[in-house]
Amino acid sequence: MRHVRGAGLATNCASLVNGPGYHGPLGLDRGAFVPRPGLREPDRMPNTLTHLQQLEAESIHIFREVAACFRNPVMLWSIGKDSSVLLRLAEKAFHPGPIPFPLLHVDTGMKFPEMYAFRARIAEERGFRLIVEKNEEGMACLPDFSNPARVCAHCSKVLKTEGLLKALSKHGFDAAIGGARREEERSRAKERVFSFRDEFGAWDPKNQRPELWNLYNTRIHEGESIRVFPLSNWTEADIWQYIRQEDIEIVPLYFAAEREVVERSGVLLSAQEKRLLQPGEVPQKVVCRFRTLGCMTCTGAVRSTATTLEEIVAEALTATRSERETRLVDQGAASMEDKKKDGYF
Amino acid sequence: MAHSPTDAAARVFGRKIELLRLATAGSVDDGKSTLIGRLLVDTKQVFEDQLQHVEEVNKRKGGTGVDLALITDGLKAEREQGITIDVAYRYFSTPRRSFILADTPGHIQYTRNMVTGASTAEVAIILVDARNGILTQTKRHAFISSLLGIPHLIVAVNKMDLVDWSEARFEEIRGEMREWAAKLEVHDIRYLPMSALLGDMVVERGDHMPWYRGPTLLDLLENLETSFDRNLIDFRFPVQYVSRPQTPELHDFRGYMGQIESGAVSVGEEVVHLPSGLTSRVQRIVTYDGDLRSAVTPQSVCITLEDDIDISRGDMLVRPHNVPRIEKEFEATVCWMGETPMDSSRRYHLRHTTSAVRAVVKELRYRIDVDTLHRDESAESLALNEMGRVIVRVQKPVFCDDYSVNRRTGAFILIDDETNQTVGAGMIWKKSSPAPEPEWDF
Repeated sequence: MRHVRGAGLATNCASLVNGPGYHGPLGLDRGAFVPRPGLREPDRMPNTLTHLQQLEAESIHIFREVAACFRNPVMLWSIGKDSSVLLRLAEKAFHPGPIPFPLLHVDTGMKFPEMYAFRARIAEERGFRLIVEKNEEGMACLPDFSNPARVCAHCSKVLKTEGLLKALSKHGFDAAIGGARREEERSRAKERVFSFRDEFGAWDPKNQRPELWNLYNTRIHEGESIRVFPLSNWTEADIWQYIRQEDIEIVPLYFAAEREVVERSGVLLSAQEKRLLQPGEVPQKVVCRFRTLGCMTCTGAVRSTATTLEEIVAEALTATRSERETRLVDQGAASMEDKKKDGYF
Repeated sequence: MAHSPTDAAARVFGRKIELLRLATAGSVDDGKSTLIGRLLVDTKQVFEDQLQHVEEVNKRKGGTGVDLALITDGLKAEREQGITIDVAYRYFSTPRRSFILADTPGHIQYTRNMVTGASTAEVAIILVDARNGILTQTKRHAFISSLLGIPHLIVAVNKMDLVDWSEARFEEIRGEMREWAAKLEVHDIRYLPMSALLGDMVVERGDHMPWYRGPTLLDLLENLETSFDRNLIDFRFPVQYVSRPQTPELHDFRGYMGQIESGAVSVGEEVVHLPSGLTSRVQRIVTYDGDLRSAVTPQSVCITLEDDIDISRGDMLVRPHNVPRIEKEFEATVCWMGETPMDSSRRYHLRHTTSAVRAVVKELRYRIDVDTLHRDESAESLALNEMGRVIVRVQKPVFCDDYSVNRRTGAFILIDDETNQTVGAGMIWKKSSPAPEPEWDF
């Protein structure tokens, strides 16, 4: 069985079943716009927005709602492709003004060097306020690198989740905007756009506020906070299409190149950080790329020769494995759900 | 038809498709999860590792193969209890449309969940078990869809395999539903027979029902005409955020940011500011991608005016001769979502478009029994998951339209002042007119 993912790929769609001249059960050619009687059509006004324009409009609305309703919001910037889209949407939301809140990078110290370089350059070019926070205590008690699974667990729980919670409370942020998408993972499918967190930063999946229309409940008590997800309704295909449409820059690690890696449990891990190598592991040069970006310890590459956006998207959409599978840390049942209850993004 | 990777990329980048929001309603055993699993698998949205995962889970539970219903199983707590507790959002797409599906559980807190899922939906899929036919719950789901203003209903008669693919049975169910649904506010209702389990008439036609000549479910979803559903006539622009960058180069810039909830606007057009009633003209429609000559709902834009008017969040820009109602008191149908019953002596916080005001529910005119749809005028309050017709009084006027003509400016939520929980969802109706719902009898 071959599973082709994403838009435009189902082989069994109506037009194919019914032939190219088929215009649907109503016999309407949906390309033609029939104006309502009495409606004046302004010159060249787009009467129907594309799905990306609609998603963009919704995301911009969410950003502005945050800026208007919270005292001290922040936007999480993980430097990945979804974050790059998030940044562009934030710029669009407040244009011609600057983004009226800072960006926060919770740094585990174990990101790829290419990500740090990208962070520095983009921050300088765009001129937004960037806060970098590290959980110094957590970094001081890193487990021995001889046990990679423990390093990953420590990284995710202590450096990422605790690091995030510490950073949020240190600055007193009452709303934190993140790039998570509902399509990504089963527990995310039930996440609200404005997702309430108690004073411990914890998510209670059984007690979420109902969310109706585009009316968001932004009210919280002192110490509580809201996580906001402007990309809730975007799919991976939407993200790639938008990156291409808007010419958004992403970290070069997404593109294939020859890289030094070691293969562990079927995952290609970067060999850039020599401390992470296990006895007997010999780095080899492999032409590969990263489908998601996280820490070097737990983010694997895939063999690929895709060096252009077109090729990457072709791969992404014909992929047979979900993207998070290359993350060692996401394997295991209900792991995201449990982490979110602890305060993970 | 070959699908080379390059074709795939070209199709994604070249596609100009629409977004369609759906809601599915159904109860425990009518096969809703199987249907959604079928839609996702047959439109190739499910990865191999996800299917493997589902297969493993099924094996642990003693089953074999891929149980489609498990694909949409969400939280650990839900899998343990074998139930779904909350609205989940699913995504799939075809070359024509991109779909956002609100999957609402049928049993626990069904009203609250279904109202939530239905609030943004353009199409509702109501599942009927062919063996059981139209049940009270089918009517309840149709009623809620109608109340929430969903323009298109699809009544999917599922499990046709269990009634020998009988055309007569399908016609019988369709006839019964048609007669009853004539009273609904929904004008576009479609019927189709299917088997989500075996896949007939979901994405593929299958070969069990040659007597059915209508479209499959996916055909229907791809081709429903929705361009008339949007209100393109009444320009409503609630001000969401006032942009005053005050940077050296934008020293005097003052822009009003927001999403056009309905209608359209062009540069040079005269607009009225509410609540002041002052008029001005649109000077610029500013976006990151350059100024626009005109903009249409649901675009998010930034508008500047020719005159200096004191405008803040919660105000609204509209057009002369087409203004909304300006109300301190209005009638509404409310769905109660709070654990504590509605209390007319309590002050709530009301959110309507971008405005936030204090509110009291002055009077409960009657409670609607969502199962029998009878009105209970002796009811004194609304408890969790109950619905009723109320009169709401607000501290400051709201600029609203009837929900039946404008879903965005006719909707509001109520928030408890102490707990900050969202406790109510409301739809504004014309005052002192005969109630829009007909008298229901069963």
